[in-house]
Amino acid sequence: MKQRRHDRRTVAGIAMMATAAIALSACSGSTTPPAESGGSGTELEGRGPIQYVSSPDASGAAQQSIDEWNEANPDEQVEWVELPLDADQQRQQMVQNAQVKGETYSVLNLDVVWTSEFAANRWITELPEDAFPLDEHIPATVEAASYRDVLYGAPYYTDGALLYSRSDLLTAAGVAEAPQTWDEMQAACDAVLALPEAEGMSCYAGQFDKNEGLTVNFSEAVGSAGGSLFDDEGKPTVDTPEALTALNFLVDGFESGMIPKNAITFQEEQGRQAFQDGNLVFLRNWPYVYASFSATDGTSGVEGKFGVSAIPGESGPGVSTIGGRNLAISAFAENKATALDFITFFTSEEQEEKRLELSSRAPVFSSFFTDEAATEKLPYLPTLLESLENAQPRPRVVAYGETTAAIQDEIYAALTGEKSPEDALADLQDALTEITSD
Amino acid sequence: MTTITAPTVRTAPPAKRRRKGTGAAVLRYVGIAIVAVYCLAPFYWMLVSSFRRSGDIFDNSLLPTTWSLESYAQVFDSSTMFGTALLNSLIVASITTALALVLGIFAAYAIARLNFPFKSSILAIVIATSMFPGISVVVPLLRLFSDIGWINTYQAMIVPSLSFAIPLAVWNLTTFMKQLPFELEQAAMIDGCTKWQAFRLVLLPLAAPGVFTTAILTFIHSWNEFIIALSMVNDPAIQTATVAISKFTGASDFQAPYGAQMAAGVVVTIPLVIMILLFQRRIVEGLTSGATK
Amino acid sequence: MTSSLSVDAPRTGTPRPKGKGEGSMATALLSPTFIVLALVIAYPLLSAVYQSMFSSQSGLDADGFVVEGETFVGIANYLDIFTGSDSPRFYNALWNTSFFTFVSVSLETVIGVAFAVMMNRAFKGRAFLRAAILVPWAIPTAVSGLLWRWIFQSNGIANELLNQEILWTAEGMSAQIAVITAEVWKTAPFIGLLVLAGMQIIPEEVYEAAKLDGASGWRQFWSITLPLVRPALLVAVLFRLLDSLRMFDLPFVLIGPRKSSVETLSILAWDESNQLNYGAASAFSIILVIYVAIIAFVFIKLLGANVAGDSEEKSVRRMRTARRKAAR
Repeated sequence: MKQRRHDRRTVAGIAMMATAAIALSACSGSTTPPAESGGSGTELEGRGPIQYVSSPDASGAAQQSIDEWNEANPDEQVEWVELPLDADQQRQQMVQNAQVKGETYSVLNLDVVWTSEFAANRWITELPEDAFPLDEHIPATVEAASYRDVLYGAPYYTDGALLYSRSDLLTAAGVAEAPQTWDEMQAACDAVLALPEAEGMSCYAGQFDKNEGLTVNFSEAVGSAGGSLFDDEGKPTVDTPEALTALNFLVDGFESGMIPKNAITFQEEQGRQAFQDGNLVFLRNWPYVYASFSATDGTSGVEGKFGVSAIPGESGPGVSTIGGRNLAISAFAENKATALDFITFFTSEEQEEKRLELSSRAPVFSSFFTDEAATEKLPYLPTLLESLENAQPRPRVVAYGETTAAIQDEIYAALTGEKSPEDALADLQDALTEITSD
Repeated sequence: MTTITAPTVRTAPPAKRRRKGTGAAVLRYVGIAIVAVYCLAPFYWMLVSSFRRSGDIFDNSLLPTTWSLESYAQVFDSSTMFGTALLNSLIVASITTALALVLGIFAAYAIARLNFPFKSSILAIVIATSMFPGISVVVPLLRLFSDIGWINTYQAMIVPSLSFAIPLAVWNLTTFMKQLPFELEQAAMIDGCTKWQAFRLVLLPLAAPGVFTTAILTFIHSWNEFIIALSMVNDPAIQTATVAISKFTGASDFQAPYGAQMAAGVVVTIPLVIMILLFQRRIVEGLTSGATK
Repeated sequence: MTSSLSVDAPRTGTPRPKGKGEGSMATALLSPTFIVLALVIAYPLLSAVYQSMFSSQSGLDADGFVVEGETFVGIANYLDIFTGSDSPRFYNALWNTSFFTFVSVSLETVIGVAFAVMMNRAFKGRAFLRAAILVPWAIPTAVSGLLWRWIFQSNGIANELLNQEILWTAEGMSAQIAVITAEVWKTAPFIGLLVLAGMQIIPEEVYEAAKLDGASGWRQFWSITLPLVRPALLVAVLFRLLDSLRMFDLPFVLIGPRKSSVETLSILAWDESNQLNYGAASAFSIILVIYVAIIAFVFIKLLGANVAGDSEEKSVRRMRTARRKAAR
């Protein structure tokens, strides 16, 4: 067996024969010493201009922070490289850059679920923990920025699940409190749907299209039934009674009509629209829909008629997954010292507070969630904190892409009736075992 | 050069053929109406949606309940640099088209008009380059272009686009030139034209419809290219329109800016179609007048 | 007939002019094309062939890092695709790719030729019709994918117009219909425009002669127009075949990745590389290239789209036969 340590010399050699005219010499000679691999705990060195590679931010809040930095650091300017809005395309661009060991990407804005993959592949470097006030962060966000107890990212903003409910209809039906369990939710629906004004409505929806949203909803259901997708040692545990209870909640929901049939095509936005049009009593979604529901320009059919609570579970409050973003340093970046300073600056409490004026992204510092000014602007913050304190990260595995794909394949098959829930879970257990075994 | 008249380029059939009476005419207009509706109905939906507010973007009413220019305002917001992006798309698509046509005409002329062996193999190799899936080209090309310093350049977008444009140009123009009778050129040369003049004044004008169609198709194809443009360029100053559209944002990460995307679709499409129609008239006229001189 | 050298003038005995050094002139004319194509395709293709013979190691070391390096596996990636545990997925994608291509290219051909026939006639508003036909092709694929996704949403306009509640974007036949509808809509203009260009170089004299002989419009279409635009039509269809076999964006944006009823070979290659299995991804690409090449070869052999082999004498002869047939 011949080993090949990402050596491109041979490829270049072959190509040279075919395209003799093209100078490929740079391909075989190395322009820089091999990049320091992440995790080795080396000093972060080098100062100068850097690139901040990130999803776009419509609010202008991130731009404001960057402008402030650039004004104060004329020799260490930050240039914002904007990536497409679509998260898959962002990841693809970053992976491509890592494939060619590109130096142009310095600071990466990573979805929390990519942390393990990027860390394990040594595409990002370890961060010194003492550079960040980690104990002031919500613990789940720090956990989501670490891989094997080593910090690889600085939490930037966070996200969790909320249950939106039609408070007007619940009151009309005599239901005093938002449901905490699935049974209570079903009972509340039975009462509401008996009302004449609730004609044609359905009870509940989340995100069930074959998409990351399905992984989120399934893993929340499993957590809410007292189970988990992986145990502490990283072995899959989906062939369990808890997981079956969770899957049955969804499958039976579709069968009984508690979840409307078309919810199988719902991603976040379709669910938002259905709730906003008054077709749903309950909706699991992220905090971002709060603003659309409260819109006073006539586009929202539920303005002033909805409430938020933590998602329900099997026998008590449910378990949310955690979303959001971390900032990390590319292992192939040149000015790593500047990159670290910038991240520290960007994710500081002061900057988070300034950004809160413009942006509705939830901060990672616990103090904001009870802060009066912040909660006035984002009234769901206390509920979100409740949800996040109880949150579990999505599977923290290196091959996250394959893992989430396997979950989506099997769960989607169960929801569409192609497989029985038992078979789907057994197959999922096999698939996940294979993915994590090697 | 008086005796040579090229066969008339048929832009329209003789009026006589419409003699069949009103029944056929009605039928034809019904057919035209069907075609127009078929082509334009989805476009209409895009247009209407671009005038809705982001809140009621999923409405199914045939006209917006409340008209709004919100989406267009977002498209032309200074932070998106959409104007620059449109210009970049224009540059990339024009150069791609021009290069593909020049190289394509050269190659097609050689294959159709000159005598040499292995023509079939040459055509086969040319078309074989359109067989490789586009998504698999990206990483190797990124590696290559990083090494030769082409990242953030126009040529990094133009050269890959040629891999679609050139085969189409070569094949299509070869078909056209093959069909034109040899005697035309021969006669021109007997009349004292050089080979180049015969090519320029006789052959090229006759192949005009083919040249022009190839131009439209390659222009639009390269205008719409996305994944290469996204991967090879990260400087907003030279990004193309399709890349700019992918960076539009909604109010949150989950909220796709549908309204702005639809508005951008309209903004990108309408000028393109108008421009092509204007050009078409001009170019076809220019070339055909050259033929009869 | 005014032209002394019209197409059906009796052929003089003059042999085709054989200029000196035509070969070297041809080389000069062809080499720029080959240089560009080598640059864009040869390197990616060779690197894919090379890559497809390696398998990335996916193990983790004691500290949880991915073990770097790749193992030479020869043709194991290919064997795995054809006979491995995931081979049903491959055969399914192969079937989908072929099915989509066959159905959509057939429909596009019929619709595209109809477009061309209409555009080739003089009538009021022809410019408008031409503009209308260009629109679907001109809208960027990413945008039109979204547009169609939206039209086919569960509470979208398609269901409202049909008064149905079809879940187009879920799995199944309906998803395939959605993809084909959007694909045909988008690319029929491609065929339409190329065929129109082919019609425009048919000399009018051919029609006039046929008309004198009393051939009906329908008959003229079958025995003059169609045979004479055949070369242009075949090129158009050939390029659509190549494009359609590599179909990626539309099913991806419209229905989504990993949905087995619309998964194509290109999507499969993308999915593998997205999960960092570059060896398998390259193998899929190579298999796709070979498959496309076979289809193209068969198409060219069966229908004679061989542009090079089709000599000029033949095409003149065809024009004459066309006229004779029309007159019959």
